[in-house]
Amino acid sequence: MTGLASYLCFFATVALTYGVAVLGLNLQWGAAGLFNVGVAGFAAVGAYVAAWITAAPAPAHWGGFALPIALGWAGAMLAAAFAAAIVGAATLRLRADYLAITTFGAAVTLQLVALNATALTGGPFGIAFIPKPFESLADRPLAFGAANLALVAAVTAIIFVALERLTQSPWGRVLRALREDEAAAASLGKAPDRFRLQAFVIGAALMGLAGAMQAQFFGFIAPDNYLPVLTFQVWVMLVLGGSGNNRGALLGAVVVWGLWTLSGTLLAAMLPGAWQARGAALRLVAIGAVLAGVLLARPRGLIGERATVSRHVVHTGEQA
Amino acid sequence: MTRLELRGLVAGYEPGLPIVRGVDLSLAGGEILVLLGPNGAGKSTLAKALAGLVPVAAGTITLDGASLLDVPAHARIRHGLGFVPQTHNIFAALSVAENLAVAAAILPRAARTSRIGAMLAMFPDLAAARRRAAGLLSGGQRQMLAIARALIASPAVLALDEPSAGLSPKLVAMVLAKLREIAVGGVAVLLVEQNARAALAVADRAVILVEGRVAHEGAGAALLDDPHVAALYLGGRAA
Amino acid sequence: MIGQILIDGITSGAMIGLGAIGLTLTYGLLRFANFAHGEFATWGAYLAMLGAGAFGGAAPIGALTFGWPLVVALMVAMALTALLALALDAALFRRLRRHGNAIVLVIASFGASLALRSAIEFAFGPEPYYYTTDIAMTLRLAPGLRATADQLVVLAAALVLMLAMHVLLTRTPLGRAMRAVSENPDLARLAGIDPARIVRATWAIGGALAAAAGVFLGVTVQLRPSMGFELLLPLFAAAILGGVGSVPGAMLGGLVIGIAEAAAVPLAGAQYRAAVAFVVLLAMLLVRPRGLFGGRE
Ligand SMILES: Nc1ncnc2c1ncn2[C@@H]1O[C@H](COP(=O)(O)OP(=O)(O)O)[C@@H](O)[C@H]1O
Ligand SMILES: [Mg+2]
Repeated sequence: MTGLASYLCFFATVALTYGVAVLGLNLQWGAAGLFNVGVAGFAAVGAYVAAWITAAPAPAHWGGFALPIALGWAGAMLAAAFAAAIVGAATLRLRADYLAITTFGAAVTLQLVALNATALTGGPFGIAFIPKPFESLADRPLAFGAANLALVAAVTAIIFVALERLTQSPWGRVLRALREDEAAAASLGKAPDRFRLQAFVIGAALMGLAGAMQAQFFGFIAPDNYLPVLTFQVWVMLVLGGSGNNRGALLGAVVVWGLWTLSGTLLAAMLPGAWQARGAALRLVAIGAVLAGVLLARPRGLIGERATVSRHVVHTGEQA
Repeated sequence: MTRLELRGLVAGYEPGLPIVRGVDLSLAGGEILVLLGPNGAGKSTLAKALAGLVPVAAGTITLDGASLLDVPAHARIRHGLGFVPQTHNIFAALSVAENLAVAAAILPRAARTSRIGAMLAMFPDLAAARRRAAGLLSGGQRQMLAIARALIASPAVLALDEPSAGLSPKLVAMVLAKLREIAVGGVAVLLVEQNARAALAVADRAVILVEGRVAHEGAGAALLDDPHVAALYLGGRAA
Repeated sequence: MIGQILIDGITSGAMIGLGAIGLTLTYGLLRFANFAHGEFATWGAYLAMLGAGAFGGAAPIGALTFGWPLVVALMVAMALTALLALALDAALFRRLRRHGNAIVLVIASFGASLALRSAIEFAFGPEPYYYTTDIAMTLRLAPGLRATADQLVVLAAALVLMLAMHVLLTRTPLGRAMRAVSENPDLARLAGIDPARIVRATWAIGGALAAAAGVFLGVTVQLRPSMGFELLLPLFAAAILGGVGSVPGAMLGGLVIGIAEAAAVPLAGAQYRAAVAFVVLLAMLLVRPRGLFGGRE
């Protein structure tokens, strides 16, 4: 019973870290219409920076400053924000799909660096022994799990409230106006690129934070964690939950992470050892198909953007 | 003989927002009908609905007795309807000869070369520039190419949206003279124009569209002489 | 040294160019960046492997490592991949196009890419395959200049396909219609062209050419489920470098990327090869977003 409860705590903790990344993506895509295919890259930056800051010194990789976790998370957000500022400054003024291609390329390149810059990152073996929050509770699994869940839930709640305020603020309204009609918003004298860059940077900082939190809860990171599959998972979460809606973003994160974990467990139980790797592939085929299905059947997600519910109704009516 | 007939035509870009609101028109072979009206009256929308580029909400369009409503835009040229849009009416990246070849592709293989030759004979300026990219042509040459492209499949009806826009008075006169020549060949010409005075000079009949409805109709010269109409709709440009 | 870089760069650049043709065509025509395009190369390569196996083990041709079965299998794989591209459009992209948001199409293509790649991994497993176990013979073209016979034949075949593509686009009614629809779909309809037909032709051609690139990659390197996905960044770089929608641009862009990659390997190491395309692309976007050869934006 305690085993199940502490497992559920862990599950919810990880789901919420994804939720933070989805909230970041929702700010970029849902509010500002910025198409980021490099979520994994920003998460990787956050994870490695947090690991360098908080882990103990080790010969296998750079860093190891053994500083407090809070500093690690702050550093992760700053580093991811910095990376986003560079990518965004270069490409936000271009067409939307160029941003997609560039962020994709940035993530691929960052993953290559993680894999090959062994002296910095530990190479393919990654970085282990990243300290977990509340390590003093580690011998009482339920308390440990609950404390971690409470921590990440508090962080998520703060971010959620901040984002809700931000998107309802004049700043958020300008973003939405830009997304709907750039010419009209620009004619109001708003510098579109600056607003977009701000949204892009804040969103990436949240992805960096998500990466850092995951690094801390798992205690271990490796380049394989930051393949485009991660980007894809976060996108599926957002699309399923309904872009433009923070509640939907969190719901999507929990639902998709739940399905992902469940299908992984089932496949592991059902498939013989030699087929395990292929089972993982099958799971990706399925999630790809789910995304396509959701886009086709419910383009606005399970919940949808509040302000446009009526439009949604008209839209589906037309399709039928 | 009536070739093109519109009855109660209602058309617009979004459902429930008609721009053309019940228009009746008929057009005979060899005739030039000029469609006038203030900016935003719905002239271009009507022409595009005719061409199949804007959805029709109600009414009928018949060409030689057959309904065009269920004919997709790309098949209307085969049914005898040629259309020259107001802007972007040539393929800028293709050469003059390729622009004509693209449009000639719906003809039987044997007829293609001779029809392209006929168009180049009709518009000698184009013949000289046949290898040039169409995007490099002058404004007058572009209109000629756009008209030649629409004519190449010998349509029964030729509709044109402001072919004189942006041209010098001399070129306007030349384009309109060409249209008269085309009409004399038996084609029914529907000419949307802002340039009322010049257009009415070649028009057999004219229709004035206001807010999506026909406000006045009459012989070209008669409309020009009607002081009421001139003051209201032919206004500034009339001088 | 320089000569060797050129040989290696041009060979892989020709394959990149071949793959980028389809990408730039669908990009120009449907105005969306198809992240699934690289998977057509993967599918083509694996389908050709199945085909070559089915057609039996004939002896290799001359100094090459493969025989006629692979040549036949290449044709079959190109045809089947064309069908795959058509099926993907019919099942997914065409329906989403009706909703009108190009970026939703990009998201969908990202999902399709993952599903297609994982399907290959599911069927064949993650380990690499080779069309043959023969060792490719190296020819000395000049002092310090080596290439395998496979490399040269693949290069020649890629150039022939590019030339054929150029002739198709400039000399045939279908090619002219494709260029017309790409520039102005409405005007093309007025000229009697059914854009849906042209869209289908474009998917089929793009899929077939990507399949050929995949087979050539399989001949000169190896087959892996991620081979096409790893090609994606070079493909995008080539298409954007050449100007979106421009076929000659994509071919030249492919060569530029291929040579840049080959030149960077001695400097940065082979493990960073994939990043080269990204760096070139980024530089390009900063300096000349319309592409080197001035396609439309
Ligand atoms: N593509 C479009 N989508 C929605 N509304 C349009 C579009 N084009 C024109 N309109 C609207 O239709 C009306 C009539 O336009 P138009 O037919 O171009 O007039 P005209 O050619 O007589 O100047 C205008 O109010 C215009 O705003
Ligand atoms: Mg108009």
